[in-house]
Amino acid sequence: MNHTKTILSTVAAVFLFSGLAGAAEYEVTQKNKTFSVKELTIKVGDTVKFTNEDDFFHNVFSLSDLKTFDLGSYPKGEFKSVTFDKAGEVEVECAIHPSMLMTINIK
Amino acid sequence: MKYCGDRLVRGLLLASLVTLGACATAPQTGEEKTALKAGDPSLQHWLLPDTPPYPEDNKPTAERVALGKQLFFDPRLSRHGNMSCASCHSPMFGWSDGLPTARGHNGMLLGRASPTVINTAYNSIQMWDGRKKDLEDQAIGPMEASVEMNSDFDRMFAFLSTNKGYRDAFEKAYPDEGVSKETIAKAIASYERTIISNDSPFDRWVKGDEKAMSEQQVRGFKIFIDPAKGNCAICHSAPNFTDDGFHNLGLASSAGEDADPGRFAHKPIRILKGAFKTPTLRDVALTAPYFHDGSAETLMDVVEHYAIGGVVKENLSPNIRKLNLTRSDKEDLVAFMEALTTEHEPVALPVLPLE
Ligand SMILES: [Cu+2]
Repeated sequence: MNHTKTILSTVAAVFLFSGLAGAAEYEVTQKNKTFSVKELTIKVGDTVKFTNEDDFFHNVFSLSDLKTFDLGSYPKGEFKSVTFDKAGEVEVECAIHPSMLMTINIK
Repeated sequence: MKYCGDRLVRGLLLASLVTLGACATAPQTGEEKTALKAGDPSLQHWLLPDTPPYPEDNKPTAERVALGKQLFFDPRLSRHGNMSCASCHSPMFGWSDGLPTARGHNGMLLGRASPTVINTAYNSIQMWDGRKKDLEDQAIGPMEASVEMNSDFDRMFAFLSTNKGYRDAFEKAYPDEGVSKETIAKAIASYERTIISNDSPFDRWVKGDEKAMSEQQVRGFKIFIDPAKGNCAICHSAPNFTDDGFHNLGLASSAGEDADPGRFAHKPIRILKGAFKTPTLRDVALTAPYFHDGSAETLMDVVEHYAIGGVVKENLSPNIRKLNLTRSDKEDLVAFMEALTTEHEPVALPVLPLE
């Protein structure tokens, strides 16, 4: 059972599309109280969509120097997106579950 | 399956879509699929491992646990020599103190209830507001706090390193590490890792003993995990009946400007205003009164609070809403929570070294 969970939790940050301008959208899911990826490397101007796939609410926020945001909390099936406009590193967390952490590297 | 992983992130669009489809068909972990039968495989994730995790540099040994136990019960670690860890975390009160909120240095009334020590060894974060990471990190906190044990560390180190019993015990437990805040904390944490509740009637029922819980208790468990009924397991989740998360429960005390900010003081994110850590429910029948402010006297009071969906709605956790529970549903829930008590061996108090 736990095995299945672990495998599931590695469900990718799915690369969704690449527009003409070169900006891409990525999806990071929240499932079994983990972000689907621990680290994600993207380019300046790319967008990351955070989707909750758990039966309970999650939050998404960052208090990193590079970018500060709080997407609030939302239930299963809902998502919110953030566009990253500066190069550097951003730590993303869930305020409700502090063990949920990931890093986005913006190149 | 591995390739559902991040390696595909930069992969072809088509490949990504295929991956997404494949992953989406994986089984759900919703509690509605749990079979309410003693020993059923779907219940096994509720069992706790016998040995809780510990940090690499503090593997529990008999010497470490014995030293930690002495320190835990020794009031001489406090400034006035009258308060130990056990003053607020007493085995007589389920490793809490039976008070709505704690009493500290000089009997000062503190703002929050003393949380139980039971099963904190399994927590990934400590304290009502999560300001401590692990037990080693937590153990010194109350000694440092001027409103709690208010310890005089210079005097404490001098005492512990000249007292022959303690000097020998430290040397056996932590050879060459000396007497320091670190070794005191490590010893106390090692002792706390032995304060475990994982052999309750519920655990025995999960393992297959159908007589371990009454019919009413099994009904209570069903309500507990049913999202449409009690919805309790949404936060009090398996296996330690906590999600190690932070939620605002809409307690009456959360209204107003002077309300305890809880987790928000450490992480200034809006939903954390008035949010506190989900406590374990193991041995919960031993640890009344309840909530971080001690405002509920009984387990039934707790259930009634959730049934009405909280009192203060401002910044209320979205997991909390008015519940559709009958009187007998509520009684079943309380009966189930009473099935979470492990029958412990009586705690033998340590003899403390006098010189
Ligand atoms: Cu979360």
